[in-house]
This record gives sequence, C-alpha cells and structure tokens, in this order.
Amino acid sequence: MEQAAPDQKRFAVDGDDVYIDLGPGGVETPEGIYDTDRYTVNMGPQHPATHGVLRLRLEMDGETVIAIDPVIGYLHRCFEKHAESLSYPMVIPFTDRLDYLAGMNQNWSLALGVERLAGIEVPEKVEYIRVIVGELNRIASHLVAFGTFGLDMGAFTPFLWAFRDREKILDLLEWASGARLLYNYIWVGGVARDLPDGWTAKCLEFLDYFEPKLAEYNNLLSYNQIFIERTAKTGIISKDIAVGYGLSGPNLRGSGVDWDLRRDDPYSIYDRFEWDVALGTGEYGPLGSCWDRYWVRILEIGQSIRILRQAINGLPAEGDVKEKVPKKAKAPESDYYVRTEVPKGELGFYIIGSGKDTARRIKARSPSFCAISAMDAIVKSPDNPRMLIADVVATVASLDIVLGEIDR
Amino acid sequence: MSEFAAVAVFLLVGTGIVLFTFLLAKIIRPSAPNPVKLETYECGETPYGTAELQYNVRFYIYALLFVIFDVEAIFLFPWALVYRSLGLFAFVEMVIFITILVFGLFYAWRKGVLKWF
Amino acid sequence: MLELRGIIDAIWSFIVGLLAGLGIPQWAIELVGYALIAVVMFGVVAVIVLFLVWWERKVSAKMQDRLGPMRVGWHGIIQTIADAIKLLQKEDITPKAIDFPIHFWAPVVTFVAAFMVYVTVPFGKGLIVSDLSVGVLYIIAITTFTVIGLLMAGWGSNNKYSLLGGFRSAAQVVSYEVPLSLALLGVIMISQTLSLGTIVTQQDNLLKWYVWRQPLGFLIFWIAATAECNRTPFDLPEADSELVAGFVTEYSGMKFAMFFLAEFVNMFTASVVAVTLFFGGWMSPFGPDFGPSWMWFLGKTMFFVFVLMWFRWTYPRLRVDQLMGFAWKVLLPLAFLNILLTGLGIYLFDGLK
Repeated sequence: MEQAAPDQKRFAVDGDDVYIDLGPGGVETPEGIYDTDRYTVNMGPQHPATHGVLRLRLEMDGETVIAIDPVIGYLHRCFEKHAESLSYPMVIPFTDRLDYLAGMNQNWSLALGVERLAGIEVPEKVEYIRVIVGELNRIASHLVAFGTFGLDMGAFTPFLWAFRDREKILDLLEWASGARLLYNYIWVGGVARDLPDGWTAKCLEFLDYFEPKLAEYNNLLSYNQIFIERTAKTGIISKDIAVGYGLSGPNLRGSGVDWDLRRDDPYSIYDRFEWDVALGTGEYGPLGSCWDRYWVRILEIGQSIRILRQAINGLPAEGDVKEKVPKKAKAPESDYYVRTEVPKGELGFYIIGSGKDTARRIKARSPSFCAISAMDAIVKSPDNPRMLIADVVATVASLDIVLGEIDR
Repeated sequence: MSEFAAVAVFLLVGTGIVLFTFLLAKIIRPSAPNPVKLETYECGETPYGTAELQYNVRFYIYALLFVIFDVEAIFLFPWALVYRSLGLFAFVEMVIFITILVFGLFYAWRKGVLKWF
Repeated sequence: MLELRGIIDAIWSFIVGLLAGLGIPQWAIELVGYALIAVVMFGVVAVIVLFLVWWERKVSAKMQDRLGPMRVGWHGIIQTIADAIKLLQKEDITPKAIDFPIHFWAPVVTFVAAFMVYVTVPFGKGLIVSDLSVGVLYIIAITTFTVIGLLMAGWGSNNKYSLLGGFRSAAQVVSYEVPLSLALLGVIMISQTLSLGTIVTQQDNLLKWYVWRQPLGFLIFWIAATAECNRTPFDLPEADSELVAGFVTEYSGMKFAMFFLAEFVNMFTASVVAVTLFFGGWMSPFGPDFGPSWMWFLGKTMFFVFVLMWFRWTYPRLRVDQLMGFAWKVLLPLAFLNILLTGLGIYLFDGLK
C-alpha cells in the first residue's frame, strides 16, 4: 500500500483494512481509492451573495472549496478609456460610478490628483467640507458592508437597520449635493456648492442619533455567538498575503497591518483631528479573520464620528468653496499618482497630463480589485485548512467588494 | 384499525388536492418555453457538467448513524410506554441500554465520524 | 358555549342521516366523513398558513422598522391570498435536465407529509380527527417524510445548488430527528401514553404542564424542532446567500408554492407538538372548561410560532459542520441525560407501580 497523503487518516474498522480519507470526501480501501467527484460550480454572476455581478468559479468536493477563480468583467464600462477623451471636470462624475457606495470619496480622490498635478490650492473651508462629506460617506459605505455581511451570514435584520440609518446619511448628502448616490459634488478646485444653512446642525443631530445605534448593532450581530463562530475562525488572511496582494483599507488593517493613508500619507487636513487607526485584534480567533475585518469597519464608523464632530466644530463660517479654476482646467505634461483612503481601501489614480484639458491616461487602482484577486490565495493558504462554501461567502462578504470598482 | 382509516383518507385527499391545484395552475398559467429558459440554473452561466455526481461521503455516514440511533430510539418507545409498570427492572435496564448507546456514540465520535472534514 | 364540537356533530349527524337515507353502508359513510374532514382540514391549514405568512411579514417588518404589506386589505391582510393567486398563474419552468418524475413528485410528497400530521392534532376539546393510539410516534414518523421530498427535489432538479441543498436538508433533518424523538421520550415516560388526546387531558392546569417536569427535554425538543422546520438559524438547505435557493432553485409557480406552504405547515406543526406535549394543548391553564378550548390551543401555538419568527429575524445562520456537531455532540448526549434524569425522577418521586 502506498504512503498515505498527509491529510489522510487511516484507521482499521473492526479489523478490516478500511481507510477513511479525512480529506474532502473519498474513501480508500485495499482495492483502490474511491474518491468522490470533484465538480465545478458557477457562483455568480446572478447570485445573491456576490454583491453584484461577480462570478466565482468554484472547484468543489462536496461542501469543501478547493480552488476559486474569480471571473470579472460583467460590469465593465470603459471608465479609463472615457477618461482619456473628457476634460477633468467631466471625468469626476464617472468616478462616482466606480464605487457607487462611496461616491464622495471617489470624487475627492480624482479631484485631489488633478489639483496636485495642476498645482491648485484649495481654500480651507473646502478642505473641511470635503472631510465632512467624505467621512459621512465612509459611514454610509461601512453600513452597507455591515448590513450585507449580516445578510450573507443569514441574518436579515441588520441589513435593514443599516439601510435605515444609511438613508439618513443619504438625506444629508442629498441636501448638500442634490443627489443621493452619484453626487458629483467635489470638483477640481473646490466643491460644487456650499453646505446649506442648518446643514451642520442636522448633521450633528444625526450623529447624536446614530452613535447609540452602533451599540445596538453590536448587540444584534457583532457579539452574537453564532456570528462569531461563523466568522472568527475562517477566511484568515495572513499579513504576508494581505501585503503581497496589495490589500488595503479595512482588509489590510484587519490583518493587523497598521497602515492608513489618512495618517501615513496625509492629504487634506486629517492631521488636524484627533482620531485613531482601527486595527484588527484577533479577539475571538486568529488575526485576520472575517470577524476582524468586520470589526475594523465597525470601529472605523466610530472614528469617523469623532472626526466628523471635530470637523463640524472647526468648519469656518465664511469663505470661498471654489478656487478660481478655469472651466477648462489644464494639467501640465507630467504624471502624478494620487492615493486616498476610501472606505474600501487605497484608491489610486495615476494621471498623465497632456498639457491640455484632457488627460493622456487615467489609470485607476481600485482596492476591491486587489481584494478579490486574493481569494484563491486565501482558500489555498495553510491558515484556512478547509474552506466550506459558507466560508467562501463569509470571506467575500468580509472583503466588502464593489463590482463597479472592480470592473470599472 | 379503523382509526388509521383517517390516515389513509388524508393521504389520498392530500395528494388529490395538491394534484388538483397543479391541474388548475396548468389550465390558467401561460407556457412559453424556450431553450435558454429551460437550461439548468447556475447563476446565469452555462452549467459545468451534470449535477448527478458522487457526492461527499460525509452525508452517507450521517445517514448510517441516523439509522443506528433512530432505530434505538424507536426501541425505547415501547419501553417508555410501560416504564411505570415494569418497576426497578425497567430503570436498571434503561441505564444499561443507554450506556451502550452512549458508548456507541462515543465510539463514532472517536472514530472521527462526527467530524465534518 | 363556544366549543366547536357541538356544531360539527350537528352538521355530521345531518349528513349521516342524509347518506343513510340513500342506503349507503356504514363503513362508506365513515370514509366519506373522513374525506370531508380532510378537505375541511386542508382549508383550515391553508387559512392558518395564509395568516402565518402575513403575520411573519408583519413581525419581521416590526423588527426591522418598516411597515410590511399595507395595500391589499386592512394592513395588507389579504396580501398572501393575492400572492397565492399570482403563484397560481405563474409559468411553470421545468428545465430540460431534470429527472421529471422525481422533480414532479417532490413538492407533493413534501406537502402531503406535512399535511398528514393533522390527522391526530387535537385542536380543541373533541376536535381531533382520529386520536391515534400511537400519536406521538406517528407525528415523528410522518414529519420525517418531509425530508424525502426535499431530497427528491434536490436530486431530481439536476442542479448543483439544489443537490447541495437537498443533501444538507437530509443530513440536517435526520441528525436532529434523533435528539427530537429522544426528547419526547421523557414526556411519554411521565404520561405513559402515546395518544395526544390523552396527553392533553392529563395536563389540565398550569401546574401539571409537562414543561415543568421536562425543562431540558423541552429545550432539546424546541431546538431540534426548529432545525426540522429548516428555519433560521438552521435554514442551511435553502441558505439564499450560499445556495441561491437550495432545493427549490429549479421550482416555480405552484410547485414552489407547495414547498413554501409545507414550510409554514411544518412550523405550525412544531409549535403544535410543543404546545400539546409540554404546555397543556387546548387545556386552559386555569383548570378545565375555562374559555373555549380551541382558542387556548391557537393562542398558545401562535405564541410558539412567534418565537420561531423571532429566531429567524434575529439570528445568523450556522455552518454545516457546526450544525451537525451541535446535533450529535451536544443535543444527543443531553437527550440521553434527560432520559436518565426522567427515569430517576419518576423512580424517586412518583414511585413505580
């Protein structure tokens, strides 16, 4: 008889030479190996747990997933090609559609890049407004992450609670920008318009309402024993994989890597506020588990609330909200890579100026794309000896991907 | 046995009503099949192969365990029914029987049968 | 006063008179009677399910800060009927790859198995179709038939998601079947009967409810029954975020409706068994003949249905290995312990005859 594979455990049953393979399915007897069929199954594009039109090709044996092949491109809209033929202010609305759950942060990222490339300074009030809407949108995006994670774990109620509160944020953003999803609010050189009268008071009112709700969320989902059992011991991403695959944002910090662009590559006025970078703790299991990434997002919501309170207090009453930028803003014939911390992680735009009002090339580096590319490595990593289909769902949900950003 | 006549009648009437609703639905519903619609659903993509495959042996082992333990549970029913009239003998025998069952469970547990992977 | 038995008897004696006048033999009249009762029971079950679906939507809406159905009827009360009519008109899409007989009969088996339990459910004083002498055993046996339907649906659909769902439900239901039947043994040891009617009449006031003597047994039963109903946190067979819709993926129209109906019927059955065996069934807690018995029965049962809904809208779902581990490693040893404790308790406190 051949040597058993490492994952096979052999024992005799009642003296007979029957060997049971404790690997994914399969029985080995002296006559030969009776292995169960391995099969391939499409998960997506039309699947409730793939957050849009992601398609995962799963190699399975029984319930165990052996390999994952993400197939993307079902939502491709040629963002980068469009960006080559449009002037900079016209590209901004397209960025809304990258990560449609956090449009403000995407607007901000590209606007910042163009400003730095063209050497435009923005007024102080603009910086405050950008921080306020950006952090509000970060909370909204993390709320969706929280809700959909609960949904993928089979708990429906957190989803609707999260959307109830996200609705209030969208109301605020709508009041400021006129849109609920695709804002086009942060422009090159400023913001589209000043915050309306009474907006800040309403925003503070929302924060007072929302802060206690976080504790409710935690009681409902975060500390639920079933939820912890499901998420805290699976989908483990080691620091090596996280850094190697270019994970960023909460996914990276969930693995314990202390890296936040708002602090480590400061832009805007984040250095003026007092806040902490949330890190995964590995409280209920190995560091870098699904629960850790989830928990980082919950903590970040709290930190965003802290930043928001300070920013609203510091917001100058008077001041311009637009730098005098010509309608056809020109950027010099050079290149610049800008990166900002959006809710999903590091969003980068590599902009090559042409000396005219259009860019020669705009390349987006999207955090979700890096996150989903790590899926196969996560499944095959020794940290996750066995991934069931339910664990894959949990891991995809904990990576908080948005297909608009992956496919661009 | 006449009390079981009701069971038989319920079986027939239940099946009849379900089939009747199917028939009713067949009369009033539209039918517009096309090859794409009649494809097996696999999240909107063409399925890979068939689903009639040799499946994980785990489920089979659980089924075997079930047969063993459920038959034993059924053995306990008549015993439980006359428990009071059998006296101390019944209690002692039950302890022995359940001890054997627990040993069986423990054996299966140690064999790794209860492990999913 | 409000007992329904009298009304039913009056109608029945009228029908018997009519049929006997036509010279129909006694056994045929009895069969016709059962058939009529079966049809009426189907109506009762259907109405209960229609109500439960609406109620579940309202309960979930309340828990999630929304209104739920509001448009069709008062607070959307006939929304479910509208949905049922819609399902009746839906195109029945049966993919080419299916195994037709298995695929076709699966919903029938599932629903009929769920429906046949009601042969021996005591709805109220005298409101029991046939008080089978093996009632408890019958219910355990018949509810397990549901799993055959689900397995047929999973295999017959020739769809990998259905297959996973079907296997999951089979493994889950058979695993929880064992602790469930062992948990009910405790009650039988105390009551010394398998007839549901007798078990109810034994618990004729609050203090005699068997739950006080079988708290552990009730807990094991209730958890296992939740799993048998395939409800969250044990809804793995149709886990929508993992398996799309599990074993019902390839069903549409009326066939889907039958699975849906069976799920709610099973939910009601689980509550019925809990109420009947542990909470005095239709007996009022304040001694016999206090208020109409069927209202006590419905009230208690609805409370337990509400608990099931409460579970569903609060808990996330377990993973398949955790689910199995819990049944075999936690519930089963506890169920054995419960039998031992019950035997010892009867021996020490009641004495044996």
